[in-house]
Amino acid sequence: MDQKIRVLVAKPGLDGHDRGAKIVARALRDAGMEVVYTGLHQTAEMIVETAIQEDVNVIGLSLLSGAHMTLFIDVTKLLKEKGLNDVLVIGGGIIPEEDIAKLKKIGVSGVFGPGTHCEDIVKFIHKNVKK
Amino acid sequence: MNDISAKVLKGDQRSIARLITLTENGSPLAVNGLREIHPYTGKAYVIGITGVMGSGKSTLIYELTREYRRQGLKVGIIAIDPTSPFSGGALLGDRIRMMDLATDNGVFIRSMGTRGMLGGLASAVYDVVEILDASGKDIILVETVGVGQAEVDIIKIADTTLVVLVPGLGDSIQTIKAGIMEIADIYIVNKADRSGVEQAVAELESLIEIACTGKDRKTPVLTTIAKENKGIVELIKEIEKHKIYLKKTKIFDVKRRKRYEAELVEIIRKRLMDFIFDESTFKGKVESLIDQISKKQVDPYTAADEILGKILK
Repeated sequence: MDQKIRVLVAKPGLDGHDRGAKIVARALRDAGMEVVYTGLHQTAEMIVETAIQEDVNVIGLSLLSGAHMTLFIDVTKLLKEKGLNDVLVIGGGIIPEEDIAKLKKIGVSGVFGPGTHCEDIVKFIHKNVKK
Repeated sequence: MNDISAKVLKGDQRSIARLITLTENGSPLAVNGLREIHPYTGKAYVIGITGVMGSGKSTLIYELTREYRRQGLKVGIIAIDPTSPFSGGALLGDRIRMMDLATDNGVFIRSMGTRGMLGGLASAVYDVVEILDASGKDIILVETVGVGQAEVDIIKIADTTLVVLVPGLGDSIQTIKAGIMEIADIYIVNKADRSGVEQAVAELESLIEIACTGKDRKTPVLTTIAKENKGIVELIKEIEKHKIYLKKTKIFDVKRRKRYEAELVEIIRKRLMDFIFDESTFKGKVESLIDQISKKQVDPYTAADEILGKILK
């Protein structure tokens, strides 16, 4: 059996900065994963519905606008509502230190800020993904 | 019947997604599901969309889907992107142009990596067409990887094949007349707001005139501006006309038969390859033969005979 890790990389809300998301997407591809990239300005509904149809193991949310406490929570809440409990959710972007603990509590398992090495994200996914 | 098969037949999005994943991963669990749904397939009309990179295939699919949805039809979309032969990973970005469709329950979109298949398709694509068909989709749109000349496998699966070009390819249309220029049921010159449209259409038409001598159907050339939704209704009418033509001439049945032939060959090919290259089958025999070939102790044909001889007793 050839089981590949599938990852959704999404940019929720009004935020036009997608360089980081694209770099991460590429790094995950180079690590042998199948990465579905949604592009900009996604709603929580779009992200969760895409995660269902693409049957991904991981959702990576990228946000630099400061609205992560609202938008990340919208996504994790909707995932729970839809019963997608086995999807690993990680986040990246400009996230203040004090928010990281709160985000982990609501189901964002890993938060990666500026300066993160791509291989650390790859390692984190391999360690925490539910197959 | 399995729970998952029953749910696929009811159109449950999560079950469709799950069965596709199991199929892509070559899971034995998938085979049961695929067996059970097969009797319920054959209703969906399959449209293949192929063409050069950047010709607007994804945008065209988005607009076609919106138009089919207006007509009340359910649509399945399979968007294929290349898997890296080096890492085995893939960046699947076709959805970017279709995100507005994500929350429409009458649409199911799946992105696939080619996972080692050449020819512009993914190995599991036949099965995914069956799954979407069984789930009640009326139309299935299959987008191939951005092609050069040789990626023509789409005709094995599609009832109607659309080849998408853009103005400005110029004389290169003449040079690429092999391969993708031989498989079109309908040509589309997209991005028709750019200069050079008339020339592109004229070149295509002169090409068709040479190619179609003696045929009872002349391949139509349409112009579209997908991002402005121009030419889409006309395109759908042309697809409908092609469908009627296929049914009238019984070519439809021949095509469907060829699809099943291709699917059968693909299943056998995959199972055979998995069997041969499964480590437990020959316990290092393949590896040791490769070593011997490298050291010139054996030639590749003798080595192949040795492996095949064990199977074809």
